[in-house]
Amino acid sequence: MRDIAVVAYAQNPIVRDAGANNEVELIMPVVNEVLKEAGLKDIHDVDFTCSGSCDYLQGAAFAFVAGVDALGAVPPIKESHVEMDAAWALYESILKINMGAAESALIYGFAKSSPGKLAQVLSQQLDPYYYSPLWPDVVSLNAMQARSAMEAGVLTEEDMAEVVSRSRANAKSNDKAQLSGDYSVEQLLEEPEYIAPLRKHDCPPVSDGASAMIICTVEKAKEWGLPYAVIKAMDHRIETHNFGARDLTVSESTAIAAEAVGVNSAKVDVAEIHAPFSHQEIILKKALGLGDDTVVNPSGGPLAGNVMMAAGLDRIGEVARRIINGEAKRGVAHATSGPCLQHNMVTVLEAE
Amino acid sequence: MPQNEPEVLSQAFTLGYTYTRSTGPVVGQFLTGLRDRKLIGNKASDGKVYVPPMEYDPKTAEAITDFVDVAETGVVKTWSWVNEPNEKHLLRKPFAFAMIQLDGTDVPMLHMVDAGSQDAMSTGMKVQVRWADETQGLITDIACFEPVTEDSKVAEKPAASDLEPITGVESPVYLEYNFTAGKATATFLSNIKKGKLTGGKCSECSAVYVPPRGSCPACGVANDENVELSNKATVQSFTIISIPIPGNPIKPPFVVANLMVDGAHQSFLHIVSGCENSDVRIGMRVEAVWKPEEEWTHAMESIAYFQPIDEPDIPREEIGRLTPKGEKNDA
Amino acid sequence: MAELAAVVGVGQTKYQTKRSDVSIAGLVREAAVNALKDAELTWDDIDAVIVGKAPDMFEGIIMPEAYLTDALGCNGKPMLRVHTAGSVGGSTAIVAASYVQSGMFKRILTVAFEKQSESNAMWALSNPQPFSPHLNAGAGGYFAPIIREYMRRSNAPYNAGIRVATKDRLHGALNPLAHLKLGEITEEQVEHSGMLWDPIRMLESCPSSDGACAMIIANEELAEQSPKKPAWIRGTAMRSEPTMFAEREEVNPLAGRQCAADVYQQAGITNPRKEIDCAEIYVPFSWYEPMWLENLGFAEEGEGWKLTMDNVTSLIDGGDTPWNPSGGVLSSNPIGASGMIRFAEAAQQVRGECGDHQVPGAKTAMGHAYGGGAQFYAMWIVSSDKS
Repeated sequence: MRDIAVVAYAQNPIVRDAGANNEVELIMPVVNEVLKEAGLKDIHDVDFTCSGSCDYLQGAAFAFVAGVDALGAVPPIKESHVEMDAAWALYESILKINMGAAESALIYGFAKSSPGKLAQVLSQQLDPYYYSPLWPDVVSLNAMQARSAMEAGVLTEEDMAEVVSRSRANAKSNDKAQLSGDYSVEQLLEEPEYIAPLRKHDCPPVSDGASAMIICTVEKAKEWGLPYAVIKAMDHRIETHNFGARDLTVSESTAIAAEAVGVNSAKVDVAEIHAPFSHQEIILKKALGLGDDTVVNPSGGPLAGNVMMAAGLDRIGEVARRIINGEAKRGVAHATSGPCLQHNMVTVLEAE
Repeated sequence: MPQNEPEVLSQAFTLGYTYTRSTGPVVGQFLTGLRDRKLIGNKASDGKVYVPPMEYDPKTAEAITDFVDVAETGVVKTWSWVNEPNEKHLLRKPFAFAMIQLDGTDVPMLHMVDAGSQDAMSTGMKVQVRWADETQGLITDIACFEPVTEDSKVAEKPAASDLEPITGVESPVYLEYNFTAGKATATFLSNIKKGKLTGGKCSECSAVYVPPRGSCPACGVANDENVELSNKATVQSFTIISIPIPGNPIKPPFVVANLMVDGAHQSFLHIVSGCENSDVRIGMRVEAVWKPEEEWTHAMESIAYFQPIDEPDIPREEIGRLTPKGEKNDA
Repeated sequence: MAELAAVVGVGQTKYQTKRSDVSIAGLVREAAVNALKDAELTWDDIDAVIVGKAPDMFEGIIMPEAYLTDALGCNGKPMLRVHTAGSVGGSTAIVAASYVQSGMFKRILTVAFEKQSESNAMWALSNPQPFSPHLNAGAGGYFAPIIREYMRRSNAPYNAGIRVATKDRLHGALNPLAHLKLGEITEEQVEHSGMLWDPIRMLESCPSSDGACAMIIANEELAEQSPKKPAWIRGTAMRSEPTMFAEREEVNPLAGRQCAADVYQQAGITNPRKEIDCAEIYVPFSWYEPMWLENLGFAEEGEGWKLTMDNVTSLIDGGDTPWNPSGGVLSSNPIGASGMIRFAEAAQQVRGECGDHQVPGAKTAMGHAYGGGAQFYAMWIVSSDKS
């Protein structure tokens, strides 16, 4: 694939309950912010728009149709939507640019998870004959994965607490984060178990929010006179839905994608990992082949704020932002979808 | 009008349907087995035995057709402990979700274990099926698994039933939400409750939307300036509906019209009544008939319907161009 | 510049009210396997899978593509799920094509489906939320007033919709996969079939179907090695506009006109009526044929109905521009797949694979889908020639 420039990224403050802000009212601020950041007048200054959302989070069909109301899409625009995390909307946009059908694109992802009971809602993502009638909430499923990894010697509960401690501490410098603060490993381990072996802090918060990004060809970024980070490579892979048939202590699809994009062909300064549960960060770090010289989730990651359908795009945005700021030269972003890390995407970004 | 913060309107609702799923032969065979208190798996080309049977091999994608009977006992491979069951969980006391590898199979299955306490759970423990009191061909015919103890014994099997094989199941999927209206909607509905029709005016193009939805869709900016509108409207178009609307008590045939309220630039749907259905026409002038004040709620139903008024029809091209006072707006 | 891409395999299920013989995976699988067979390929030959369907509430499974990966041989490969309302089948085909046109993939599988019999379409499309519009009479209730306005403006004869409804069912009777098989239907029957949403009669409306449609799209090199004739993708376009805004042109939406102009420009088409041999156009209510004839530039504004009344769009009457020779959405309508069926049938026409509903000598064909409040558009032009 050709080099793609990330020129703008914006995120709403991540909150537990956006209350009387509907989807349109969540999306408009971030869309306007990225347009402004890129010095563009309106949506017609980009060639393509693509979004990611999920109807069941708020419990209404066609959530994304309301999203279009936030864009100012008159005259009409070239637009598409994935019922997935917006990281995959970014992927669709990159295909469009690679085929020469667009030079620039605006991507956004949003969710209002607060109206529903997210852990229950997501149980209905499972096999409809064998699994979902048992209402296995996502916390229980991921707790089984955590136990597998612990009993296989892949990680310990101290390791998990360390992930949470670092996430909350890192999030102190992220003014959009929902959860932040200083918590020692000992302090965290004193907390009672929630759905064993997970403690509440091993699980992501339920979040409302929206994020947006503008990408373009490198030539276009230069023409616009904007600083940018370059997406060098991107790949995503899915695994069997039957998690009994998967080794839950590893992430095979992440490893395939990491290999395909050449994560370790050079030093990785920073990585943002879409690990909603603490143990998954450890599994994913291994699958990505990252060493201890890589700073992981400096934003705090999903444990500090987890807007469904935007959290994957956020990882890419957070890495791009650090590269544009000069904090890092090369970074890796990971996004996930589906129960227990079924589907994974890996993106490599570099400084121009 | 003063731009006060609207009240927050929240309401619980259930999104749900009892889905009618056809199972196909593989899932159907498994569920038919469950009804007879039998576990049926299948064997992939690499010799792996799956329970529940997989329709397609996760490795080769080939259909798996080789069915095998499987034991009711197995081993817990991993588990999580649910100390406080939520309202959807099927066991009403602390329990474990577990991956259970049945004896003679190669791939663990997801189910629940009732072990009494977390201390009684361990990876590697032996468990056996506890059948539901009545089986009907659902995964929940396995009520859960329970620890195998020294005096456990496998219950006598009832004779295989001569019922038709399972080909379909009912699957109730009901989810509860607490929905909060957006600010624009809340403002609009609060005004409806006061007997007033209001719209949201776009700060960029000045178009007035009723009901407002939080943005001017054409400009992509907030339209939070409220303007009070007339009770009079023009029929932009309409349909006569001859079938009932699910969940709506109104009896067909009735007229649903796209109504452009004077001063607005976007029509909304409401009922036109108080005349013969056949008299309704594009361009016809109508007026809101509000319900008695004590019946006003946060809903458009506070207006019972719109009825014709004695004013000349408006040419189609002029609909949506009237000021709130019903004068033509050339601006 | 986009890489050349072509459809090298098409697979469809039989469409019917309820496919009670298969699971959801089984339904999707049937279309995918048929496409692989058509292209003489195996699962190993596929580099990525792109799935499309309409709202998840139809089947009550959230993001069901995650559950479908095993049925679609996708494990270890990339998968993407598109959802753009009723246009989704078309959008999915366009996104799938972009996998190949980008040069990033050689050969992909795309599948769109709906198993509408698992629930009720009217419920799934408009399940009521608090504080939302109170009168929702389904798609027919939404489109009927727009059709009425078209009739007023164009002075079309009252029976133009009846003509379309009859014609598409006669076409459907030629298609072994069609849901409705009404080979004996007459215009009188349509006229007396009862008003549902005046001016839309029952037989002027689409059915509710279970079904899936799949295509395999390959790059130039692989398409040339394909055993059957490829359908070369000559242009793809998508457009969106908001559902409602002040002075929106609802009868002849700008998004549709612009989308058509874009796809024609890519395919080098200046006169669609002359240069497009046949078209599979999303017509869920019969009056949308004359409306789209105008919107897509096959007729001047206000004159689409004349082509319909002159049987220009009828395969059976030998019209020069048959529309929906497969029977169209009026004969089969698994919503999430309906758009892809249009795109796939267009490909089958230029591949010469349509059997009894083949348009003789079809070289260039159009596939079209729309969704939402006639606000989302997806279109492609396919041809038996590369350029």
